[in-house]
Amino acid sequence: MEGFLKSGKLGENPEKTMIIMKSKTKKPKPVHWVEKYRPKTISDVVEQTEAVNVLEQCLTGADLPNLLFYGPPGSGKTSTILAAARQLFGDMYKDRILELNASDERGIQVIRDKVKNFSQLTASGVRPDGKPCPPFKIIILDEADSMTHAAQAALRRTIEKETKTTRFCLICNYISRIIEPLTSRCTKFRFKPLNEYLIIERLSFICDKEGVKCDDATLNALVETSNGDMRRAITCLQSCAKLNGPNRKITIESVLDVTGVVPNIWLFNFLKVCKKLNLSKLQCFIEKIMFEAYSGSQILDQLNEVIVNSDDFNDKQKAVIGAKLGEVSFRLLEGGSEFIHLLDLGTTVMKAYAIA
Amino acid sequence: MLWADKYRPKDFSNLDYYKEQAANLKNLTKDGDFPHLLMYGPLGAGKKTRIMCILRELFGPGVERLKMEVMNFITPSNKKLEIMTINSSHHIEVNPSDVGIYDRVVVMDIIKNVAQSQQLNANATRDFKVIVLTDVDALTKDAQHALRRTMEKYISNCRIILCATSVSRVIPAIRSRCLCIRIPAPTEETIIEILQNTCKKEDLKLPSELAKRIAEVSNRNLRRALLICEACKVEQYPFTDNQKVPEPDWQVFIKKTADKILQNQSVETLSKVREDLYELLTNDIPSDIIFKTMLGELLKKCDASISARVVEEAARHEHRMAQGNKAIFHLESFVVKFMYIYQSMMQEMFAEF
Repeated sequence: MEGFLKSGKLGENPEKTMIIMKSKTKKPKPVHWVEKYRPKTISDVVEQTEAVNVLEQCLTGADLPNLLFYGPPGSGKTSTILAAARQLFGDMYKDRILELNASDERGIQVIRDKVKNFSQLTASGVRPDGKPCPPFKIIILDEADSMTHAAQAALRRTIEKETKTTRFCLICNYISRIIEPLTSRCTKFRFKPLNEYLIIERLSFICDKEGVKCDDATLNALVETSNGDMRRAITCLQSCAKLNGPNRKITIESVLDVTGVVPNIWLFNFLKVCKKLNLSKLQCFIEKIMFEAYSGSQILDQLNEVIVNSDDFNDKQKAVIGAKLGEVSFRLLEGGSEFIHLLDLGTTVMKAYAIA
Repeated sequence: MLWADKYRPKDFSNLDYYKEQAANLKNLTKDGDFPHLLMYGPLGAGKKTRIMCILRELFGPGVERLKMEVMNFITPSNKKLEIMTINSSHHIEVNPSDVGIYDRVVVMDIIKNVAQSQQLNANATRDFKVIVLTDVDALTKDAQHALRRTMEKYISNCRIILCATSVSRVIPAIRSRCLCIRIPAPTEETIIEILQNTCKKEDLKLPSELAKRIAEVSNRNLRRALLICEACKVEQYPFTDNQKVPEPDWQVFIKKTADKILQNQSVETLSKVREDLYELLTNDIPSDIIFKTMLGELLKKCDASISARVVEEAARHEHRMAQGNKAIFHLESFVVKFMYIYQSMMQEMFAEF
């Protein structure tokens, strides 16, 4: 058991491991803000009312169902369950939860060994100090959507058989990748992307606490680039603050720089160059973008936004470009050359202009 | 010693461009919690120079006492691997993609090796070591995923600086764990200025016209510009305005190959082109560069009516090449496709007459 506890990732997610390892070294080290400002109690969790309600009832003694949290990254799925576990079990929460980051240790073998062994252990209904606590353990399967189907299938019966001693909490981004038999065994909660004003509120709270100078416009830019992802927004803020050094105000430029966002002027110029229907000009222009070292996938993301919202194109043109955007983005991820694929996209946009 | 190495800035204060960024990087090193870094930018933009500056700032001049060392690894299938590393007492630099598909083993082992040896010296400046991994975009997906977990696990006593040309090929999970730093290529004006300064230090006179032409040929690659300048000096000094600026051999070679393709589309040409391509590949010219240069040359000469189709085909073949192992198949297949498109266009044109 000892050995297993050491090797498994018990009750802490990646970033947390970081802090624990850090705290082992002699000097106390600055903590990652994402961890520092993670909600401590369930009532701190914002926006996700349904899940919070169920968990709060459970705190007052109601039974906890098996949970399935799904929603976009940074919406607080992991935070919610961790906060709940901490409140439920108090100090002993490390022994009572097993967190598996499914994308590292996936596969049927892990389910058969680690999960099954852990779930078969019984848990007592009292804490060491005599206070009552729920008589079960929680297994958190993070990123469950990247588990293989075989591994998911292996979970089916385990979930049912061990209800006496163990509750499962599956966390994923895409519920469609979880097999039906598993979803039907869990209570599903959808986590919404966070509202912009909530993120701004949190960010300015952190700014106050950390003594970071940052005006509203910059915070807005941060929130916009994060797309409702709290973790990304906070990480960005911390990176900016670190790069800037103390006592300097964070500017919009530095935010854009850290997030790698391509300034809109490049995108408009791209469309403008395409409109001229001149291939050699387009080649030069794309070469120039490449020299600026902007990431191809980022350009595609932003271009998609621009084209969908633009009045320059009619629906047919948008469809043509959209189809190509998808293809190019896929190929870039697979390791294609950015220059050639952006050129391909450019010629398609040119074609779209031509059919108008 | 080559000029490019001799005059490489060693300190943040000596950098020639992006001074503001340099100041930011310097701020970063002051703090105790130095994050993992991911530096990306085109070739010759100064990624490595900045990494060395950071290391120097972190550890002092000790990082410049470099030694080469060959490390041995054994894969799970008992294959022995050797890889060259450059290290000082504070950092280790390695290019894991040297060992091809076994890069995962190298990544895991090196990080574990470094992480397990804790800094014993209590009054050392930093209690971590730095691992510099170059060409991260060439790593296999497996290796990148392995990196992701190891990066988190061993953050207490090692930091990783990644260096990549194209950030699109680095998986998002790694990108989100690093502080990404973009390093754009220097502009032609900056290159000209640096060329002039370097020549001044060497006591040479560089005519501005020649400097401008070197900067143009260099493709905004500072290292290449310095090398070309040095080559020019060997060829002929004192410099003259209209001196010949040598182009890289392979570029000329690909140009010739492209001409062959355009002149005659037949099986005979194809076999000649195949020889050329093999020649290029055996001389270790990366296949994506061959592809890009070739496409550029072909597009210059072909009609606007077919260029869109050519580009589309190029994109398709390039993608397949990136996925497959044998570059020659895909290069050839693209050449054949191009020949076909080109010939049908010619026939249509003649049919009209």
